Amino acid sequence: MVTTIIEVVITGLLMGGLYALIAVGLSLQYGVARILNISHGEFIMLGGLTTWSLYTALGVNPLLSLAICGPLAFALGFVIHRTLFKRLLDTAASPGVFESNSMLAAFGLMFIIQNVALIAWGSEIRGYSYLTTPVHFLGTLFGANRLLTFGMALLIGLVFYLFLNLTRTGKAIRAAAQDPTTAGLMGVNINHMLALCFGLGAAMAGVGGVLISMCYPVHGVMGLEYTVIAIIVVVLGGLGSIPGSFMGGFILGLVGSIVTFLEPGLALVAYYVIFILLLLIRPTGLLGR
Amino acid sequence: MPLLEGKGVTRYFGGLAAVQHVDFYVDPGEIVGLIGPNGAGKTTLFNLISGALVPQSGTIRLKGENITGLKPHVICHKGIARTFQLVRVFPNMSVLENVLMGVLFGKPDGYDRKQARKDAEKWLDFVGLSAVKDWPARSLTLVNQKRLEVARALATGPELLLLDELMAGLNPTEVAQTMELVCRIREQGITIFMVEHVMKAIMGICDRIMVLHHGEKIAEGTPQEIANNRTVIEVYLGE
Amino acid sequence: MKPGRAYLQKLGGPGLTLMALALLATFPLYASVYSMTLLTDILMFVVLALSWALFSAPTGYISLAPAAFFGVGIYTSAILGRQWPLLLTIALGGAISFCLALLVGALTLRLKGIYFAMFTFGLVELIKHFWLWFEIRFTGTRGRFVAVVDQQTIYFTMLASFVLLLLTTHLIRRSRWGLALRSIGECEEAAAHIGVNVNALKTITFAISAIFMGAAGAIIATRWTYVDPYIAFNPLYSFMAVLMALFGGMGHPYGPVLGAAIFAYLEEVLLTRFPYYYMLIFGVVLIITVLYLPEGLIGLMMRIRRRVVGGPDAPA
Repeated sequence: MVTTIIEVVITGLLMGGLYALIAVGLSLQYGVARILNISHGEFIMLGGLTTWSLYTALGVNPLLSLAICGPLAFALGFVIHRTLFKRLLDTAASPGVFESNSMLAAFGLMFIIQNVALIAWGSEIRGYSYLTTPVHFLGTLFGANRLLTFGMALLIGLVFYLFLNLTRTGKAIRAAAQDPTTAGLMGVNINHMLALCFGLGAAMAGVGGVLISMCYPVHGVMGLEYTVIAIIVVVLGGLGSIPGSFMGGFILGLVGSIVTFLEPGLALVAYYVIFILLLLIRPTGLLGR
Repeated sequence: MPLLEGKGVTRYFGGLAAVQHVDFYVDPGEIVGLIGPNGAGKTTLFNLISGALVPQSGTIRLKGENITGLKPHVICHKGIARTFQLVRVFPNMSVLENVLMGVLFGKPDGYDRKQARKDAEKWLDFVGLSAVKDWPARSLTLVNQKRLEVARALATGPELLLLDELMAGLNPTEVAQTMELVCRIREQGITIFMVEHVMKAIMGICDRIMVLHHGEKIAEGTPQEIANNRTVIEVYLGE
Repeated sequence: MKPGRAYLQKLGGPGLTLMALALLATFPLYASVYSMTLLTDILMFVVLALSWALFSAPTGYISLAPAAFFGVGIYTSAILGRQWPLLLTIALGGAISFCLALLVGALTLRLKGIYFAMFTFGLVELIKHFWLWFEIRFTGTRGRFVAVVDQQTIYFTMLASFVLLLLTTHLIRRSRWGLALRSIGECEEAAAHIGVNVNALKTITFAISAIFMGAAGAIIATRWTYVDPYIAFNPLYSFMAVLMALFGGMGHPYGPVLGAAIFAYLEEVLLTRFPYYYMLIFGVVLIITVLYLPEGLIGLMMRIRRRVVGGPDAPA
């Protein structure tokens, strides 16, 4: 009994770490750049499939893929913001109009990325085994890959947190999130910052996809489900808060693993019920202002 | 009985008191001014009266009837109309349609389309915008957008009109015209409660002035009394 | 609105509409079964896009829930279609969707626009997963077979719901109700303060638009023979409705009709042979529309006509 509980809790936390990482990316994109990026999950999918190809075709270690997919996703996100979203921002009559239009444009991106991937990789479910050696932990068994991805998710989250709080660029990003107009007056190049944020968000998704592919099979239409999860975690933790995203991720991971244990098939429903309750009671998130 | 009366009206944002235990009243036919430094809680008070915000404690009464916490549209139906600090016209509707909205929805009961149009045109004439009635509201100048907001508010048939910084951003000629407009509104039997920063305007037309500072009422009296009030002078000079 | 344009619309509007409707009503007399089923499909997307625009075009609230109401209609047909007469099933599909939308609207239409979009985005997934779980657990089935109805009946019921929807759209747009909906899209706060009961108005309009989505689902299900939650609650139908309406343009009721007709036809031609390319085009068109065609095809056509006919290019 105790072992089962420990197993459920650990499974939840392991999942939660991944949820948190992908949510941090979305939170950054919406919190700073005001783009509700519905195509977020597609960057995750790209990261996962690229890693699969590199591993199966060239034998590239998935950990090395982190260093490949992260920058690639960043570049893709940066360029997309510079071309697409910047134009939307320049032409929008009001912030509300920009939020709607950018969300619709993100839908367009979702279709484009997803179908390019389906054309390139096909619709098969792809998986590979990596570090599946079981590890004993508090009387339970877990694959080493699960523990590794969890550690990497935490590490990346921490590095990013330090980046935002300690570096000059990070502080500029936070300033832009608080008040774009004033930050602009203080000499922060707003367009550059927004593109940077969108790129960083995409990089988080890409890296998240690499980690996900180490433990779970990946395929071309996996993105949407992760986008929904990331949105829920972001609403749960409050927009733009990294500790909030981690808290939200862990809560959601735990709820997911408990519900899956009790009633398999209802995990997504449970996520959604939390989401509804939160939106109705506290739309600013648990840690939001 | 006062037309509008507030007792102990309080509203916090987070831990910060935006409006704190404020008592106020407006008698029928008066023009009452509400002044105070930036962040004193003037607009918050207007939002509480008009139903945009709900007070955490205190009561607001209109002709003795408790209207605390009612929805904005209900408060409008009961006879309180307002304008906004930053103009909020319906930008892509025509000037006439903007005012028509007020006529059609200002009162809960039925309407007659022809009569509604006539009423709307009457109010446009009243504020001097008849010539541009078919223009989209967004193409008007600031002063005309403000006049349009006033016409739209008047079209709802209010007994009390809340004017939030009607003169802000206007040049001296426009301020004079707007002051004249406010006086004409009062002649229609409509009571006015106005937030204003333009001192000349407020001293010139108000019967009575209330001063808010840090969410609390610190003074009340005739323009003359307020101009000589030591606390008020300190608050304004200490800024 | 400029007098010239109003005159043109008065002249062209009802006459052309009646002619088109007469053509549609007599279509099965001279057309092949294939073109009739194709037209049914097109009409279905027209109903989805137009009913989406009924609420979202004037208010600016982006609903991603059409697939949820559509799916509710599909399952109404799947469950009751064998025992109940067709028209009653369709009406019930609309009624259940109406009630669901009323509930969802009352809960979420108080939220800021972007939260509403997020909420409706997830609603389809929620219902899908919940229903899948429910079916497997309590009825022991994953999918259901639907009672089949002949093609001509399907065509006429779809046409009827389109005509009803067109009529509803027209009546709402012309009334003070339509004016109030527009005022919500322009500035919701000001609308509330001049006496518009904004929450009630948004909720009821949202629910009315859901009736038609539910009805369309109930009708089309009778042609699909087999449905499961993944087929019925496919978020793609939400995205389609939104794109079709945006692409066609929302300044005029014929915008969504035009957009839906074009894309439904494209789907028929491309989807089975090049599904990925079709969806890719779909995405590209969505982005191009948002970037360069904010008023959609109908807006573009109006602009071109204004330029050709001449006259001042005054903002209307």
